Amino acid sequence: MIELIDTYWLYFLVGQYPHGPLGGLALTLILAVLGLLFAFPLGLVFGIARVSPWRSVRWPVTALIQVVRGTPLLMVVFWAYFFLPSLTGQNTDQFWTMLTALVVFDAAYLAEIIRAGIQGIGKGQTESARSLGFSYLDAMRLVILPQVVRNMLPSLVNQFVATIKETSLGYIIGLTEVSFIATQINTQVLTRPAEVYLLLGLTYFILCFGLSRLAFWLERHLQQRTMAKAHA
Amino acid sequence: MIQIEKVNKWYGSYQALVNVTESVAKGEVVVVCGPSGSGKSTLIRTLNRLEPIQSGRIVIDGVDAYGPHVKLNAFRSHIGFVFQQFNLFPHITVLENCTLAPTRLRGLKPSEARDEALTLLARVGLAAKARAYPGELSGGQQQRVAIARALAMRPPLMLFDEPTSALDPEMVGEVLLVMRDLARDGMTMVCVTHEMGFARDVADRVLFMDEGKVLERAVPSEFFARPEHPRLRQFLSDIRTPFAEAA
Ligand SMILES: Nc1ncnc2c1ncn2[C@@H]1O[C@H](COP(=O)(O)OP(=O)(O)O)[C@@H](O)[C@H]1O
Ligand SMILES: [Mg+2]
Repeated sequence: MIELIDTYWLYFLVGQYPHGPLGGLALTLILAVLGLLFAFPLGLVFGIARVSPWRSVRWPVTALIQVVRGTPLLMVVFWAYFFLPSLTGQNTDQFWTMLTALVVFDAAYLAEIIRAGIQGIGKGQTESARSLGFSYLDAMRLVILPQVVRNMLPSLVNQFVATIKETSLGYIIGLTEVSFIATQINTQVLTRPAEVYLLLGLTYFILCFGLSRLAFWLERHLQQRTMAKAHA
Repeated sequence: MIQIEKVNKWYGSYQALVNVTESVAKGEVVVVCGPSGSGKSTLIRTLNRLEPIQSGRIVIDGVDAYGPHVKLNAFRSHIGFVFQQFNLFPHITVLENCTLAPTRLRGLKPSEARDEALTLLARVGLAAKARAYPGELSGGQQQRVAIARALAMRPPLMLFDEPTSALDPEMVGEVLLVMRDLARDGMTMVCVTHEMGFARDVADRVLFMDEGKVLERAVPSEFFARPEHPRLRQFLSDIRTPFAEAA
């Protein structure tokens, strides 16, 4: 195992970089971070649209979200892979394909988290903002959403964990993220698949478990703060 | 200041306001009381259009509230509203609660808004709490901040929907004191409240509501000394001896 790590650690971490494209664990993390970063504003817009008082806004977005949530990510990846080029008229590389799929998929899930968060804030908040003279959208932006986002920090970290795991599906379209690299290593070594995939599994686990603990800690921390306030 | 003409309101098939006609003069303090579910909140919430009405007319400061040309947000910003549950914004400080609307909606500079807010907070006795978060305050303090926040928009009219009903008894006084001070200052006020001491001392007129109708209206001395409607007599004896029914 040690020699395995000794030989392949750099390949595992960054793929063929700098002699080829960046890959490995670095690519996995970059995809996950960018995926969440782009999915968040989109999810925010979708989440707000989900609870919009205007039907013409609410319905199409609700339909889109239900379709995406009712679809395995693998299908979304395929759609992006085959559909995106015919839409844009040019070939999309694996990175952008995967990123698009992740953003659409995560945005749908984030939208539901945000919708629940908005509905969890008492209607007294909206009413008091509106009675001061704020418009619906200002009440959302200045009063409701800041509270929602603060409450959903733990969910965001958990979504990041999910996104990290989701990037492994990039394997299907030949994206050189960490699972793909592990498979490459396995093909080269040939004799030690158990160890290779154990290392891969451990890598995912340490990353995701660590982040889950962070989410848990955040949740408790936020809870304690509200409790402390309530009892003050 | 307020004209309410033949207002009817339904929640589905339930009629919550029945042909209500009232008016409130500038500088007048009107207390609205009545049993729970009689439509007091509904009435006061129709005044700033938190609830729509199905027929009738409400004119406030010359503006037809339900007219076709009313600018809803501007209209509302001229009416202070204080809720039973305070509804302060918990994610920002007391001071920011009082400066948010003035900076965004009145176009004040942050420093101006801050100075005005501090003056108002001092007036409700909470200047020292400007940097605290709402969750760190007692109920009575929160309600006083809520009043300061509403005042920060400089409304010529203040509406109160049971502002002391969610408070522990020992905090009721501090909130009523602030309201009394406002009334003395000439503010036009409509207060839904069961604080009969406040009604007696501060109100110019008291209205009694039951089942969506205003059954009686009188100056406080008349209202309490010579209640005419039997429902009002019943109501007054109930709140004077709250345990009579149980006994
Ligand atoms: N949003 C609503 N939907 C349906 N019925 C309501 C709603 N709000 C109030 N009501 C009903 O209207 C009546 C008057 O309520 P309300 O104005 O809150 O009374 P009060 O403030 O005098 O206690 C009650 O019977 C109540 O159940
Ligand atoms: Mg009420």
